[in-house]
Amino acid sequence: MLEEKTLSGISTELSTCVTREDSIWRVNAEAMHYSELNRVLRALNKSGAEKVEIHNVYGQRYIGTHLERNMQIDIFGTPGNDLAAFMDGQSLTVHGNAQDCTGNTMNDGKIVVHGHAGDVTGYASRGGKIFIRDDVGYRTGIHMKEYLQKKPYLVVGDTAQDFLGEYMAGGVLLVLGLSLKPGDCFSSRFVGTGMHGGVIYVRGKLPENNLGKEVKIVGVNKRDLSVIQGLVKEFCGYFDKSYEEVMEGEFSKIVPFSHRPYGRVYAY
Amino acid sequence: MKSYMPSEYFVDRDEEKCIRCKVCVNQCTYETHSYDEEEDVIRSKDENCVNCQRCVTFCPTKAISIIKNDSPYRYNVNWTPEAIKDIKKQAETGGILLTGMGCDKPFLSYWERLLLNASQVTNPSIDPLREPMEIRTYLGSKPDKLEIELDNGDFVLKTKLSPQLTLETPIMFSAISYGAISLNVHESLARAATEYGTYFNSGEGGLDPRLYKYGNHAIVQVASGRFGVHSRYLQSGAAIEIKIGQGAKPGIGGHLPGEKVTENIARTRMIPVGTDALSPAPQHDIYSIEDLRQLIYALKEATDYTKPVSVKIAAVHNSAAIASGIVRAGADIVAIDGVRGSTGAAPKVIRDNVGIPIELAIASVDQRLREEGIRNKASIVAAGGIRSSGDVIKAIALGADAVYIATAALVAIGCTVCQKCYTGKCPWGIASTDPWVAKRINPDIASQRLTNLLRGWSLEIKDMMGGMGINAIESLRGNRLSLRGVGLTDTELRILGLKMAGD
Repeated sequence: MLEEKTLSGISTELSTCVTREDSIWRVNAEAMHYSELNRVLRALNKSGAEKVEIHNVYGQRYIGTHLERNMQIDIFGTPGNDLAAFMDGQSLTVHGNAQDCTGNTMNDGKIVVHGHAGDVTGYASRGGKIFIRDDVGYRTGIHMKEYLQKKPYLVVGDTAQDFLGEYMAGGVLLVLGLSLKPGDCFSSRFVGTGMHGGVIYVRGKLPENNLGKEVKIVGVNKRDLSVIQGLVKEFCGYFDKSYEEVMEGEFSKIVPFSHRPYGRVYAY
Repeated sequence: MKSYMPSEYFVDRDEEKCIRCKVCVNQCTYETHSYDEEEDVIRSKDENCVNCQRCVTFCPTKAISIIKNDSPYRYNVNWTPEAIKDIKKQAETGGILLTGMGCDKPFLSYWERLLLNASQVTNPSIDPLREPMEIRTYLGSKPDKLEIELDNGDFVLKTKLSPQLTLETPIMFSAISYGAISLNVHESLARAATEYGTYFNSGEGGLDPRLYKYGNHAIVQVASGRFGVHSRYLQSGAAIEIKIGQGAKPGIGGHLPGEKVTENIARTRMIPVGTDALSPAPQHDIYSIEDLRQLIYALKEATDYTKPVSVKIAAVHNSAAIASGIVRAGADIVAIDGVRGSTGAAPKVIRDNVGIPIELAIASVDQRLREEGIRNKASIVAAGGIRSSGDVIKAIALGADAVYIATAALVAIGCTVCQKCYTGKCPWGIASTDPWVAKRINPDIASQRLTNLLRGWSLEIKDMMGGMGINAIESLRGNRLSLRGVGLTDTELRILGLKMAGD
């Protein structure tokens, strides 16, 4: 149990769930409502905690939302939907799977998931980096954005479901397909539908028929490769994979035909 | 391809009055007027004229009149000039017909068929010039009951109240996005809302950081494109609105054309300059009421539960049931936008055919929430085609807490409802982000015009309330006995919850 002044604004009952070992704060989230857990995280954040571990996470939502100072949060268990929604600069590591809407409208920071992530991962993200070790669900990377140097990066170790990068307006999406066997293709359909900015890189074969109408698939150039190399290096560092093996695969790039895909739909 | 489209208007220039000052040439953004140096005469390309009245207003000698081309085709009740021209335009372009502003068809308004009551003999009317009239309105979730404790002779409120918006008049400025309109218009709305004690709505294009200082009077919107949404933006507003739908285009998204995405717009929306800003039809994290709840609470978490969250929907066939779901999902305000709601750009066929009149939607939503015992859990804000204080007060009597106005606000600062907002060339400098025309709106003057409008309408509302013997607007809210219908069927009266005039 903590001295009360460290965690002002939360009840004594909640502060009994927090312990400290050296610089690491541990939160036992068992049976905690998400609003309580987030209140504890905000109190810790305010008090200057830099490293926090949350144990027994059972689906609590919005972890990482509305924290003002930088903080490294390790999540053990399964965080709920909207993990890191609107997050602005913190660093989250999930030791388990993440659910839907991970990194929703995230502005900055980093999410590393040692497992799968669900649907709508990285929706409308504006900055920061997301690394998912395994698969992601449908509509991943929808409407990611960028402006000048500020752009989001999303790396998926395995495969993605349909509508990958739909309506994408910016940012970088990299899908590595690590579990695909030789000769296998990505099965995601409608990839890049409505895409009008940013870039999707895939490692492995994505049939042209699976693309949305607004995008084309092209080869990667030197600059692309250096972006891919940087992301793969970082990915391999988090998940203990061989960089050389991953880079052996063949990469291609999906880009929009136009920044104005629907310009000709209307009669002016 | 040779265009078969006839001119919609003719420019009639009185050559005797014209002094060749070229104001019309400079003011018109559609290049209707041009100066012929050789002959020292100003000529007009009639086919370019949209009848925005800019040149007429600014011609120093009043030399110009715009005349409607009333009979381009033979008279026909079914094949109206509009129907014929629309077909020709599509035959020439193969595209979706675009339009701006609200539905211009005559068949959807109920306001004219609702009449207010007034006191005569049996209960005295109140003179608002000598008696206080309360029109302050609080928007947000109200508790089921209040617990009050007596503490040393003082009454202390024990119930924790939800965050509320305080409106000095039950009128707010509706969402108009930055990008659809210029910074100067946003600033004018922000300043007028701040000065009068009400709120403006940022719309879905984010808020320029220079306007954050008006945040206490801003409702910041979150829509499917998530443009300009980040935690500072969310925290800058007094309330947050999730935009599900818009009355002018229910069920579809929006495309801000790349021409309007200039440097500042691009930075605020976080997309490259010149890219189309595409708002998908649905929000892709909301496919159900449960998902809506997830976003409502994400926004509450992002702002420490200090701001009311509004959910805006277009008025559609099942609005009442949908509104019930929205309230149960945790929204503090339900905003409903009727079929006559306005837009910067919408497919014409959708604007004129999809949705239901706001009058019917207010009545059915208010009724449904009352029947379910959850009316106190959320406020209702009505929008879409409110043109006068008469419409405002009728909306409140039908069950709304407050109204949103957008077209009326733009008309106050110059708009003439020419319906060409989608071209981005608005000669009044309103629906344009081109710096050359955008500077035609001076926020000092425009905010004054808006404040005047709010003041005028508020005085009228007080007058009408006084006439009814009502001195506080909450006594009028959902007070359907203060309204009667004329020219309505029994079914219409039942849905509106009104009696026939004379009954």
